Amino acid sequence: MNYLTLIMAIPLIGAALIATLPQSKSLLAKQFALATTVIAAAATIAMTIKFERANTSLQFVESYDWIKVFGIKYAVGVDGIALVLILMTALLTPIVVLAGWNESEGGRWSTKTFYILILVLQTMSFGVFAATDVFLFYVFFEAMLVPVYFLIGGYGSGERAAAAVKFLLYSLFGGLLMLASIIGLYVISGEQGGHTFSIAALSQLEISSTTQNFLFLGFFIAFAIKAPLFPFHTWLPDAANSATPGTSVLLLGVLDKVGTFGMIRYCLTLFPEATKTFTPLIITLSVISIVYGAFLAIGAKDIKRLIAYTSISHFGFITLGIFAMTTQGHSGATLYMFNHGFSTAALFLVAGWMISRRGSSTIADFGGLQRVTPIMAWSFFIAGMSSLALPGLSSFVSEFLVLVGTFTRYPVAAVIATFGIVLAALYILIPVQRALHGPTTPGNENLSDLNLREKIAIAPVIAVIVVLGFYPSPALNIINPAAAHVVSQMGFTDPAPTHGGK
Amino acid sequence: MLVNNGLVYLIALPLFGAAVLLLAGRRSDRWGHLLATVLSGMSFVLGAVQFYQMLGRTPENRAVTQKLFSWISVGSFKVDAGLLVDQLSICFVLLITGVGTLIHIYSIAYMDHDKDRRRFFAYLNLFIAAMLLLVMGNSYLNLYVGWEGVGLASYLLIGFWNQKPAYATASKKAFIANRVGDMGLSFAIMIAFATMGTVSFSGVKQAAEGTSQGALTAIGIMLLLAATGKSAQFPLQAWLGDAMAGPTPVSALIHAATMVTAGVYLITRSNFIFDAAPTAQLLVVIIGAITLLFGAIIGTAKDDIKKALAASTMSQIGYMVLASGLGPVGYAFAIMHLLTHGFFKAGMFLGAGSVMHGTGDEVNMRKFGGIRHFMPITFATFGLGYLAILGVPPFAGFYSKDKIIETAFNAGGVKGILIGSAALFGAAITAFYMSRVMILTFAGTPRYDINHPPHESSFLMLLPMGILAIGSVTSGFLLSRGDALVHWLAPLFAAHEGHGEEILPPVVISLMALAVVILGAAFAWFKYGRGPIADTAPTDVSIFTRIARRDLLQDDFNEGVFMRPGQALTRLLVKTDDVLVDGAVRGVATSVLGSGSSLRSTQTGFVRSYAALIVVGAVALIAAIWAVTL
Repeated sequence: MNYLTLIMAIPLIGAALIATLPQSKSLLAKQFALATTVIAAAATIAMTIKFERANTSLQFVESYDWIKVFGIKYAVGVDGIALVLILMTALLTPIVVLAGWNESEGGRWSTKTFYILILVLQTMSFGVFAATDVFLFYVFFEAMLVPVYFLIGGYGSGERAAAAVKFLLYSLFGGLLMLASIIGLYVISGEQGGHTFSIAALSQLEISSTTQNFLFLGFFIAFAIKAPLFPFHTWLPDAANSATPGTSVLLLGVLDKVGTFGMIRYCLTLFPEATKTFTPLIITLSVISIVYGAFLAIGAKDIKRLIAYTSISHFGFITLGIFAMTTQGHSGATLYMFNHGFSTAALFLVAGWMISRRGSSTIADFGGLQRVTPIMAWSFFIAGMSSLALPGLSSFVSEFLVLVGTFTRYPVAAVIATFGIVLAALYILIPVQRALHGPTTPGNENLSDLNLREKIAIAPVIAVIVVLGFYPSPALNIINPAAAHVVSQMGFTDPAPTHGGK
Repeated sequence: MLVNNGLVYLIALPLFGAAVLLLAGRRSDRWGHLLATVLSGMSFVLGAVQFYQMLGRTPENRAVTQKLFSWISVGSFKVDAGLLVDQLSICFVLLITGVGTLIHIYSIAYMDHDKDRRRFFAYLNLFIAAMLLLVMGNSYLNLYVGWEGVGLASYLLIGFWNQKPAYATASKKAFIANRVGDMGLSFAIMIAFATMGTVSFSGVKQAAEGTSQGALTAIGIMLLLAATGKSAQFPLQAWLGDAMAGPTPVSALIHAATMVTAGVYLITRSNFIFDAAPTAQLLVVIIGAITLLFGAIIGTAKDDIKKALAASTMSQIGYMVLASGLGPVGYAFAIMHLLTHGFFKAGMFLGAGSVMHGTGDEVNMRKFGGIRHFMPITFATFGLGYLAILGVPPFAGFYSKDKIIETAFNAGGVKGILIGSAALFGAAITAFYMSRVMILTFAGTPRYDINHPPHESSFLMLLPMGILAIGSVTSGFLLSRGDALVHWLAPLFAAHEGHGEEILPPVVISLMALAVVILGAAFAWFKYGRGPIADTAPTDVSIFTRIARRDLLQDDFNEGVFMRPGQALTRLLVKTDDVLVDGAVRGVATSVLGSGSSLRSTQTGFVRSYAALIVVGAVALIAAIWAVTL
């Protein structure tokens, strides 16, 4: 069965059905959207079960000519890394729809349009992880910007228009650099036996090291903006601050992963030599991101910006793991991407509920919520513990794998990154103390606790966080072979135990 | 090694209790505390059964293991979720579940009036589960889960009444100080994996022989850092005094008897590292010696009964750390003192809680006085704990503390004389501040409204206090009779011959210790026992007293060196991000796009400055790359 095309088609079909509904039927539009995303999730779970875990070659492969003249194909396929990201996207989207049931109501356009945008975005997210043709990838990569732009600009809050434009310009800039590199690759492929956009074919090209470096940078900067990595990160806090909580989850949880996924799939695979050249620079930027993002989070006064900054820190860990070139680092980074999706979702969704009840996103406006809204407070607390990578929760496994995998090759970088765990305790416990603890401050006395819909939305997220913390094997078994394959393709093997020189 | 697939239930029972109580919420208010107590008791029974079975086996065959599942496995990094109960862990298992269950019973009455009692019991059960995982994990990574788990439980319990901002701050402070220590544990695990390729206790023990001195020393120092955080040892000790914000049973269980001794467990468990890394071992001794004096001095200046006891805990753990730094000859004495301390300190904390319960939550000893008349049983149990901590024969502390002082002297040379004297001097200060606590609280004339005298606590509270008091009397004798504990633990540690060369006969050291204790106690009576006690602490005191009251400036130091510079750095980076990093982007965008109405255009015209900044940034980046990828 053509699973990948199927899961990409499901949201589009749902979007088309919603488009036929009359404007007034907004509840029906929500229900359609929820049903569609649940079906897509079910199909993705079925695909995950069918996936052969030990097989390192691409699976569920499909390939059809699209624009024959240029050798462009509709070609898709997944390895373990792409699969877990698609699974994460499929699981998070229905949760986002359910959690943000009323998010569309403050918007410039109708509820219908909101859900059409969400569903189109889901299709493109699947596509960007599944594409095995560089041009197809590029199309998804750029087209994704459109629904996000409208979701922020049309349904966000505050300076939503400015934030949306900033997001768009930043991303377009990165996209242009990547396009230049893609054209470069295409030209070179023409010189070496036939024009193609196929990743597999492009990775076989002989490219001089100077050219490789330039082409690498085109891709890398685009991905570093997307991820985002210091110093390309400043669009993210603005965007997350203005977007609805659900959009923020998709933005930070799913879209930003395209950056780190792209580094693995494109930078590493296509330009192994250039990757080695730039690794010291990237390791450095990752470490700076970890510490810098954490400090900005500690200093944040707005809860949504705080979460955005924590993500900058977390993305530093992910890139660190990728470029450390050890199996632990690589598996850890991919697992980190998956886990970060859920822990950021939990943080953003609960923060969104807190903000909509209180009518403010300033941390200082909250106080003593633990005694007014215990379930909401507990949900936020658990999400926070996951963000600071408490052992026993999922993010600990991935963060520790990244650290231990980095330490064996770059001990200084790993040591500095480890300071991030103290900073993480600060950036989580400071808002926890201000918002949840202390006396209940005026304006918070009558807030209502989570309702049934919200509980149903948050429960699976917390369940994933806890279960994968104690038993990460289901995810690791999918990721490990693919991650080990990437590392060995790059010509690296894990450093052997040194016994300290003995 | 023997396999026993029932070990997991020791942890699973209290974990289940915590989950039920938290998920069922108010519905379990009526029976939650009973369920939690029963589950903790069942864990104790399972632990006792393990112990009994262990007794029936030969020393080499006493350890049992259980592999639950493969937890994390990537490349050569393979960690099982696995448990190990050997002669060392079983001591802790019995202490944790035994004292833990007593404190559950006590808390039923103590927390009776609190509408969140169920939540309190949920946290207590969570603590028991995490602490058991800490001592039963078979690798450093499993231990880490318990290690941070008890940190979480401690955070939740210190902040149990976090509606008071100071209590919320205290809980956060504890978590963060612990995280600094946890970083040490992370480093130790990373170094162990990078050099030995394993993180399990048995694997590291085996590989330690072939590993260089440098690596072992690094691991040892990092483990010591972890221990200082959890066990409130210098320089990460500042959180423990504030942790007294938690309900008193918590102070007894977590911040006296069990969790804060986890550092001693970690060092003792890693004996194969420290034995092979003399530098790290020496550091352990130094940290222990500093902290035992540090805590004792703070103890002399506290008027809050719980804070005085907390300072005492810090000091007593200093003794244990010191002993564990003395190598194979000291490990067993560290554990012996840990166990006797578990009895007498938990007993005294429960006694303090009983006094607070009887006086309407008063903690200021200057407002006590003559309480022995109104709370005779509390006085008796507290008094037995007092005799035990002083080391008066034949009470428990006599056996355990004298052994440490003796072993310290016997370490030989200048080192032996220095640490032996420190331990002896600490005993004198201990006698002083504990006598001060006794006199201020139980002796003298009442300094409160005599028409509303304190009332003795209920049976549920007195029962655990009584049992712990029995332990304070007998445990030392029982553990050292025929060197029972030393022999019990011997198979785990490297062999050592005798007690080293004795510079002084044990009886002389015992007499010296007894003499300084009497001196210390007499001095306390001289200062506090003869005249009226002022309601408020006198202010015309020497600079030394003022520094001691300020906890030897530990908070001033942390705030001056870490907190305020950290806050300044945070402000600077927030500003930098807005003005420079984002500003550079805005500047470039504005210069490219013209005025750019949708982008804030405050930064126009600074393109040249940005160019200069980019150059500076590039230089800094190159330097950073060089450093990071070493």
